[in-house]
Amino acid sequence: MGISTPMIQNLVNGQRGEISREIFVNEDIYQQERERVFGRAWLYIGHESQVKEPGDFVLSRMGEESVIMTRDRAGAVQVMLNSCRHRGMRVCRYDEGHTEKFYCPYHGWAYNLDGALSHVTEFDTEYKRQDFKWEEWGLIKVAKIAILQGTIWATWDPKADFDAYLGNARQMIDLSFRAWDGEGEVEVIGTTQKWIIPSNWKIVAENFAGDMLHVVSHRSVDIVGIGPNKAAGRRDASSSGNSSYVQASYPEGHAGVIGLFDKDDPRPDYSASPATAEYFQRCYAKRKKALGNEAFISPAVGSIFPNMSFHGNQPRTILVGHPIGVDKTELWRQYFVDKDAPDEVKAFLRSYYIKYSGPAGLTEQDDMENWNYATNASKGYMARKFPYNYAAGMGYETSVDELPGAVSAIKGSSESNARAYYNRWSQYMDDSHVVFK
Amino acid sequence: MSATDSDRLNYLYLVREVEDFFYEEMEILDDRQFERWLDFFSEDVRYWMPMRKNMAFRDRERDITGSTDVAWIDDDKISLTKRVKQILTGIHWAEEPLSRVSHLISNIRIARDAAALTEGDELEVRSNFLLHRNRLETETDFLAGRRIDVLRRTGGRFLIAKRTIIIDQSVLLAKNLTFFF
Repeated sequence: MGISTPMIQNLVNGQRGEISREIFVNEDIYQQERERVFGRAWLYIGHESQVKEPGDFVLSRMGEESVIMTRDRAGAVQVMLNSCRHRGMRVCRYDEGHTEKFYCPYHGWAYNLDGALSHVTEFDTEYKRQDFKWEEWGLIKVAKIAILQGTIWATWDPKADFDAYLGNARQMIDLSFRAWDGEGEVEVIGTTQKWIIPSNWKIVAENFAGDMLHVVSHRSVDIVGIGPNKAAGRRDASSSGNSSYVQASYPEGHAGVIGLFDKDDPRPDYSASPATAEYFQRCYAKRKKALGNEAFISPAVGSIFPNMSFHGNQPRTILVGHPIGVDKTELWRQYFVDKDAPDEVKAFLRSYYIKYSGPAGLTEQDDMENWNYATNASKGYMARKFPYNYAAGMGYETSVDELPGAVSAIKGSSESNARAYYNRWSQYMDDSHVVFK
Repeated sequence: MSATDSDRLNYLYLVREVEDFFYEEMEILDDRQFERWLDFFSEDVRYWMPMRKNMAFRDRERDITGSTDVAWIDDDKISLTKRVKQILTGIHWAEEPLSRVSHLISNIRIARDAAALTEGDELEVRSNFLLHRNRLETETDFLAGRRIDVLRRTGGRFLIAKRTIIIDQSVLLAKNLTFFF
C-alpha cells in the first residue's frame, strides 16, 4: 500500500510540533522508506583509509543491501552491489581484504575491481548464439560517488548532487574530518564495530542530530567520569565562559551541535594524557593559521540525513544506523585519529573512544536502552494513536553569524534539530517526489 | 612416589585450584557482588575483548582484531572499576533494573607440566564460557567463546593479571555489553 502525501503530512505536523509514533513502528512506512529514502539519498559508505591500495576492498551497506567498496586498478573508489548478476550469490563474503577479482562460488562468474564482468562459465560453448552484451552484466554500480575529507558517499539517484544535498551542513563534515592541524588527513582506526539493536533506525539519527534534553540519560557516566581529563564527565569542558555550544539545523535535514570556542580559550584538553595534550596544542596553533576563524568552530555531534551520525571532536567517530527491519537496526561505528599523530596519541584516543561509544561504551549504552524501549512501547494499538511531542523551543529560532545557513535556537535546548530532520524525511516520503517509477 | 606421580599430583592440585578459583569468581559475579569481583584482578590487569572479522582463508590468522585495533573492550583496573561504579549509581539505565546473568565456565586447561607456583609466578589458563543474560521481560542474550587468562600467584592465592575474551560473533548479536566475562 502506498503512503500518500496527505498521510505523510498527518504524520509529521510542523505546526503543532507533533510526530506520529507510526513512523517508528509501521511496516508499510518502513517499506516505503527503503525506496524513497534509501533508494535516492546520499549514504555514507566508508572512508578512503579503508581502501588505501588498488585491490583493497571492504564491505559496506546501503540501507539493507550489502555493497562492496573497492579501490580499482586505476586508483578510483568503486561501490557496487554484492550480488552476482547470474543467480545473486554474494561474490564477497569477507569483511575486508585484498583481491584481484571477485569470484562467485556458485557458477564461477568473475568480476573486476571496477565491477566489470570478467568471466562467464562456458561462455564460448553456451553464449555464442544469442546477443549476450558483456558490458550489461557487470556488478550493479551506484549512480554516483562523492568524497569529502576522505568520507565516501554513494547514491542510487543519477540526478543527485552531493554539494546541493549537503548544503551548508558541509561545514560540519569538512571541519570534523580534517586532522587536528586543519590540513592533514585522518584515518579509521582499523575495524568497524557492528552490532544489532532492537530500535527503529530514525531514533538513532535523531539522537545524534542534537538531542539537547537527554542529560539525565548520561548522568551515570558523567558521575563516574571517563573524560580525557581527571575530572568527572565524559569530555573536556570549555575553559572560557565565552565559549558555547549552539544548535544548527539545515533545510536539507542535517543537524548538529557545534562548539563555538572563544578565541582566547586555551583549550586545555586531554590533560589525562600529556602526549595527547601536547600534540593537540601543537595542532591547534597550526589550525588557527590554516583555517582562521573557522578554527574556533568545532562540531561536537550531528547527523547527515538519513542515517549517518558523527561526533567531530570528543570522541571522533562515525555511526551509521543501517535499517534491517522496522524495529531492528544494525549499527556500524568507526573511530578516527589523525594519520600522522604519534602512536602514543592514537593509543590514548582509541582507549578513550571505545569507553565512550559502542556496545561497551559507558555513554552509548544508556542511549540504546532508551531507544530500545521507546520503539517497543510505541508498537501498541493504543500507544501508536498518540503522537510524540517535539515542540520544545518552537518560536525560539535564531541564526548564528559563524554558521551560515543554520537555524539555531536561542535557549539552546530546543528540539528544532529533530523537527528539521523529520521535515526533510516527510519530503522524501512524499510520493509526488518519487524518482524510480 | 615416583617423580612422574609427583608431577601428576602437582598438576591435579593446580588445575583443581584454578577451577575452584573460576567457579568462586563467577558465583560472586552472578550474585552481583561487583565490587568483590574486582578484587579478583591485579592492579595492572588488562581486560581485553577483541572483535572478530570474516576473512579469506589465507587471512584467517587475522580474524581476531589485534592489540592496537579497535576492540569491544580494552580496560585496565581503573576503567573496569568505573564500569562497576556506573552500575552502582543505580541510574545506569542500561543496567537499571539489573540484568540477570549466569556464566557457565568449562574446558579449563593449564599446561600439563605446570609446576607448583611460588609468589609472583604466572600461569596461563584457557577456558570456554557460555554466558546467558536476561533483562526486563524477554530480552535474552547468549554469548559463547573462550577466555585466555594469566593468573599470578599473589599472597598464596591468585589474581587475574590478564583476561582476553574471544567471542564467536563478528556482528555482535547483543544490544550492549553491560555484563562482565
